[in-house]
Amino acid sequence: MLETGTILFVSFGYMGLLFAIAYYGDKRADAGRSIISNPYIYALSLAVYCTAWTFLGSVGFAVRSGLGFLAIYIGPTLMTMLGWLVLRKIIRISKIHRITSIADFIASRYGKSTTLGGIVTFIAVIGVIPYIALQLKAVSTTFLLISQSTKIGFAEISIFGDTAFYIALILALFAILFGTRHLDAAERHEGLVAAIAFESIVKLAAFLSLGIFVTYVTHNGFADLFHKASLFSDLKKTFTLHTNGQVPGGLEEFLTLNAQGQSYLDWFMLLMLSMLAIILLPRQFQVAVVENVNEEHLNKAIWLFPLYLLAINLFVLPVAFSGMLKFPDGSVDADTFVLRLPMVERQPLLALFVFIGGMSAATGMVIVETVALSTMLCNHIVMPILLRLPIPFFSQRTDFSGLLLAIRRGSIILVLMCGYEYFHFISEFYVSLVSIGLVSFAAVAQFAPAILGGIFWKGATRSGAIAGLIAGFTVWVYTLFLPSLVQAGLIPQEFVNHGPFGIDLLRPFQLFGLMNFDRYGHSFFWSMLFNVAIYVGVSIFSRPRAIDHTQAALFVDVFKYSGEASETQFLRGTAPLPDLRSLLERFLGRKRANEALKNYAVRHNINWDYSLTADAGMVSYAEKLLAGTIGSASARVMVSSIVKEEALGIEEVLNILDETRQVIAYSRDLEKATAELKEANRRLEELDRLKDDFISTVTHELRTPLTSIRSLAEILNANPNIDQKQHENFTGIIIKESERLTRLINVVLDYEKIESAQMTWVIAPVDLKEIIQDAAASTRQLLTDKQVTMDLDLPEISPKVSGDRDRLVQVMVNLISNAVKFCDSDRGFITIRLKPNSDRIQVDVQDNGIGIKPEDQAKIFEKFRQVKDPTRGRPFGTGIGLSITKRIIDFHHGKIWVESEPGRGSTFSFTLPTARE
Amino acid sequence: MTRDEKKNKRLVGLFLLGWVVFNFPILSLFDLDRMIFGIPLLYVYIFGAWALLIVLMALNTGVRASKFKGHTDK
Repeated sequence: MLETGTILFVSFGYMGLLFAIAYYGDKRADAGRSIISNPYIYALSLAVYCTAWTFLGSVGFAVRSGLGFLAIYIGPTLMTMLGWLVLRKIIRISKIHRITSIADFIASRYGKSTTLGGIVTFIAVIGVIPYIALQLKAVSTTFLLISQSTKIGFAEISIFGDTAFYIALILALFAILFGTRHLDAAERHEGLVAAIAFESIVKLAAFLSLGIFVTYVTHNGFADLFHKASLFSDLKKTFTLHTNGQVPGGLEEFLTLNAQGQSYLDWFMLLMLSMLAIILLPRQFQVAVVENVNEEHLNKAIWLFPLYLLAINLFVLPVAFSGMLKFPDGSVDADTFVLRLPMVERQPLLALFVFIGGMSAATGMVIVETVALSTMLCNHIVMPILLRLPIPFFSQRTDFSGLLLAIRRGSIILVLMCGYEYFHFISEFYVSLVSIGLVSFAAVAQFAPAILGGIFWKGATRSGAIAGLIAGFTVWVYTLFLPSLVQAGLIPQEFVNHGPFGIDLLRPFQLFGLMNFDRYGHSFFWSMLFNVAIYVGVSIFSRPRAIDHTQAALFVDVFKYSGEASETQFLRGTAPLPDLRSLLERFLGRKRANEALKNYAVRHNINWDYSLTADAGMVSYAEKLLAGTIGSASARVMVSSIVKEEALGIEEVLNILDETRQVIAYSRDLEKATAELKEANRRLEELDRLKDDFISTVTHELRTPLTSIRSLAEILNANPNIDQKQHENFTGIIIKESERLTRLINVVLDYEKIESAQMTWVIAPVDLKEIIQDAAASTRQLLTDKQVTMDLDLPEISPKVSGDRDRLVQVMVNLISNAVKFCDSDRGFITIRLKPNSDRIQVDVQDNGIGIKPEDQAKIFEKFRQVKDPTRGRPFGTGIGLSITKRIIDFHHGKIWVESEPGRGSTFSFTLPTARE
Repeated sequence: MTRDEKKNKRLVGLFLLGWVVFNFPILSLFDLDRMIFGIPLLYVYIFGAWALLIVLMALNTGVRASKFKGHTDK
């Protein structure tokens, strides 16, 4: 149908187009006008997730296990919803720390550990090479199919007669040209991304064309196809055609998730696996994180990418049905339906388009994966070894940049050739494309605890990550990798069927007798269980180093510490400038090193002529530059070889990390201060209110005698011949009222004096007994007016106290008049007691008045405070009498208090120290 | 920042919704031998729910962002 020459021409033409697009993309990037800087290209580049496995294998998967294949695409959809939370954080961290691969990310998080970087790289390479092989197998298979070659087994084809070999070579060339153009891997590969995005368009268009053709041209739409399929499966049941495990029993079984050999548990496991794979596969990390131009692109991409997945899966089932109708006996591998259908329908152009689509799905994946893996291999396996070798060739070499490029290019070729070898000798024995893909998914899923734990849990430590990864990987090897070698015949079948040494409990597909999962779910479950448990357990029980603390804080709180300024606080080291310069030159080349240093100088206003040491910020900048080239762990080693690191004690680091706590403490202080201020304000307001009350009280108290004086004076004035007795009576009242006025004003003045500390005190030894008697005498009138009786209970002799006589009289008068005020007329009774003690002398003034409520007892000595009683209305007095009393007693170093019970009277007591003779 | 947080919360909410609708037991409710317009129910359900989630995501992030951009462009 199609000439092999035509197919080859179109294939190589397509590859040529990719080269052109990548070249154009790089040119535009160099000119500063990026063609990939938009969310659409970003989303399309994420679609590198859809490999040949999707393009060809989904149909096969659907034929074997119905709708289960969709889990592999719904998982990523769910993950992108969390993308804003997880992916954005990873992107931000990677941009700040110039992280270039998933190995770099994990190594950097756990204290820039070289060991960890190496382990991750090793797992990634072992886990992903079968996946690369799968792509090559797909290209090779489809090529043989479309060119209608009679040869079926790959083993029979010599390497040099195999298309896949040449495709692998071309892909290696492509990856070298566009993946290792720059040394700084953090300077993204724009051309490469442009080509990948283009490939994503091609594969989607090809699959949609096929789907539409199959559904609407060979059949009459979805409903028709499903109808025919149901008839077919009924038919098949009747005739009981032989089923070799590839064709399911009937449509019902096809469309359920709970059929035999399929369960919701498997669906759940696939969902989990694919959710993790979408961020943990090295190529996904490469396009989603390293090649990300702008964080904001994630915004649109998180729904565009799932849309792409939905579109490419829409026609998988129709194609699968169509294929089953066309090849009902199950003799044709369902993985090839996609290509066989247009060929059987005699549509050479469509077949060619589908072939190209499959090729673009395969090549896109291979290119990105090899670039990602080569970066990891170079930075985390080759460089750490080279830098540690005691060979003068390396340690004294002045320019590493060429060597680095060579290592990276070598790694690309190595990875591709490994993939090719694997495909050629082992993958032929795999049942399906999907099985290889899922093995890889389960391998990279081992990174999940270290990464997700690393960005959300500060307590995770290096030892925990290393132990967890090794444990998970070991389980993976045992439950998936070794059995794959069984299939290839390298290990006897006994191993799978009866376990090693015949121990049934250790059968790799039913470890410890666990039967409920399919082999991928089974492996995923056990490896994750061991991985997470050991990761968490070891983390909890191990002691982190200082740098672990620092990196943990920088990663987990990345949104808080963003920016250079805040980061330098963690750094202490300085380095001699010439050393730093030569270090950069070694790895970046003279030109780029100079450029980088110049940029830094301009930004930070540094004149190199005058400074000979690089400060901490500069050192950190250089380390990041290096990290972009040789990975964070190696960069750390190189930089620390020249840096004079000031002893950075654990205390110091913890102090820095405690900053958060300090901020919290500070804000607590602020809160406390605010509360205090509020309280003070409240008190001021209260005082203000009391002062207002005071003024109105005083005014009232002044006005009452004033009014009576004035009215009496007016009467006297208007009636000159008023009788003598009346006259005397009136003038008597006037005098009394004037005295009252004078007293009031004196009180206010006294108060003012005390307040402003202008009171003059005349201190002399005084006898309290005399004072009490004086006060009683001067208040006699008050008592008789209100018909209150008073009893003095005084001892024969009392010790003297030193004090101001007049003021102490005032105290007694105040207390007596206060007692009188609250006593009822007629039955009021006041007792004054004087009780000399050894060094103090106590005076009680007891009344049987209304008493004071407990809550008011503390307040009554405050100024302007009047105890209000709703039943008695406005109290008399100014509200400062007791306040003055307390001041006076305080001045004499005495104490005053009140004991009272409402309704049973109160006792005011004070003590004064006796005078020393 | 608050807009971001809001967006964050909504997306996490959507994720939880997706987690529920694409897992046992909700999924088993649609796992019936029944056709809708000649298309099996489970097939319609999975693609329908999938599309709905994508639309909700787009509404939450994309559309608003483009509207905002449209303003600044003018």
